[in-house]
Amino acid sequence: MAEILVYVDHVDGAVRKPTLELLTLARRLGEPVAVALGNGAADAAPALAEHGAVKVLTADAPEFAEYLVVPKVEALQAAYEAVSPAAVLVPSSAEGKEIAARLAVRIGSGIITDAIDLEAGDEGPVATQSAFAASFTTKSRVSKGTPVITVKPNSAPVEAAPAAGAVEALAVSFSEKAHGTKVVSRTPRESTGRPELTEAAIVVSGGRGVNGAENFGLIEALADSLGAAVGASRAAVDAGWYPHSNQVGQTGKSVSPQLYIASGISGAIQHRAGMQTSKTIVAINKDAEAPIFDLVDYGVVGDLFDVVPQLTEEVKSRKG
Amino acid sequence: MSLRIVVCVKYVPDATGDRHFADDLTVDRDDVDGLLSELDEYAVEQALQIAEEADEAEVTVLTVGPEDAKDALRKALSMGADKAVHVEDDDLHGSDVMATSLVLAKAIEKTGYDVVIAGMASTDGTMGVLPAILAERLGVPQVTLLSEVKVEDGKVTGRRDGDTASEQLEASLPAVVSVTDQSGEARYPSFKGIMAAKKKPVESLDLSDLDIEAEEVGLEGSWTAVDSAAERPARTAGTIVKDEGEGGKQLAEFLASQKFI
Repeated sequence: MAEILVYVDHVDGAVRKPTLELLTLARRLGEPVAVALGNGAADAAPALAEHGAVKVLTADAPEFAEYLVVPKVEALQAAYEAVSPAAVLVPSSAEGKEIAARLAVRIGSGIITDAIDLEAGDEGPVATQSAFAASFTTKSRVSKGTPVITVKPNSAPVEAAPAAGAVEALAVSFSEKAHGTKVVSRTPRESTGRPELTEAAIVVSGGRGVNGAENFGLIEALADSLGAAVGASRAAVDAGWYPHSNQVGQTGKSVSPQLYIASGISGAIQHRAGMQTSKTIVAINKDAEAPIFDLVDYGVVGDLFDVVPQLTEEVKSRKG
Repeated sequence: MSLRIVVCVKYVPDATGDRHFADDLTVDRDDVDGLLSELDEYAVEQALQIAEEADEAEVTVLTVGPEDAKDALRKALSMGADKAVHVEDDDLHGSDVMATSLVLAKAIEKTGYDVVIAGMASTDGTMGVLPAILAERLGVPQVTLLSEVKVEDGKVTGRRDGDTASEQLEASLPAVVSVTDQSGEARYPSFKGIMAAKKKPVESLDLSDLDIEAEEVGLEGSWTAVDSAAERPARTAGTIVKDEGEGGKQLAEFLASQKFI
């Protein structure tokens, strides 16, 4: 059976959810071989084996942390040469996409980014993508080389599928190019304790209607009651009410959670571009004419200052 | 020695228009207005600021696209770029990111550069991989997704805000840089700038100027193929209620019925 290379996104050995989703998709195409790099790489192996990795290739070196992207590309290329896979899958994070892209150039392959589904086809994997603010769904293939495909979070369920997960050390020798861009310093983002925006199952977002940084506490309280991530529209971010790292939309992050709750967001095309693939969409807005209501599964025309706190209380009491 | 800055820009269909695919599954450019990709305006802005800080600098804007794409170049020239390069060739129609990046890389090498700057992604394809691919093709460092950028003493430095950390980066020139929408508001062209842009040189190149064969680009030469594009069915109308004091509770009921609570 064909082997499928899966690039592992992990933090000190803790595998992030999008990689586990990737293993579900990889199993549709062949036998997943996971590649885990950097500090704690070997610690990632049990979780990867649990979710279907037949083999886990690991490598650690100071280069992975000290230089940008290229050392990881060279390690993934070493894995590619060792395995000769039928496809290479990478999570669609900003860094994941850059790693995948450079690998694709090196191995002379085409690249597809931000797939939302993947299936085996007669001529290799077929990727489903959403285009033009999710108004179109396309199906594409890589037509030259070994398909390199990045996949968006929440594109597949996480499924246990125990496999051997034999750990093997991957030999990597770095070229001069690996030392091109130095990471001079790194400041970890302060953890809010909330799920990461792009991979959260539920996202609660606030917009212009929240009317001030001080009122975002309402949005956060609702998010916390649901175990959700917090998002913000560009209007709210530009006004300085919430950090840019939480912006959902064309120039912010693209999310496709199981549930998206938009509060005080009118639903301009730029915002829709970042959230329209959400499975279930809910909106709360005073303006009954707001375009967001065209997208919703459930909408409440009302003042978010009344509706959101009431909803938060109700969620808390139902969850006990 | 003059600092040579090349800004890669893209002419994209207006996101507020009715964007769709043509029969050959390429982006239909006839039915919707095009413009300079908003995210590339930030790249032009940073290029101009870097040039202003340098002793001597020249900013060239570069695009690959049909005749209309000149509009994107004119906008960048009216913001203050010095000259433009337009790669236009019928054989380019339908080129994917690998094909387009091949053309851009050759055009950048032909133009000569110390710094290449691009936006973080286009607003139509939204892949966000072109800057990294260019760095790979050109064999120079990538210093990408910067929210702050500085070029001095033959080095580029900047801040990259990732999902889990904020990193301070440094690389020697030549290098490929991409900037985010947090790098600084893009300036509006002044009337003087718009008038001046009309007199600025726009060099036109075709594939033969870049020693690229038609088979390497376009729909047939691309590394990926789109098999189908379907308009998403309009969402079935959802339930909309007016809050009369119980809106939050009603919404909770809906969320519970969908097993979110």
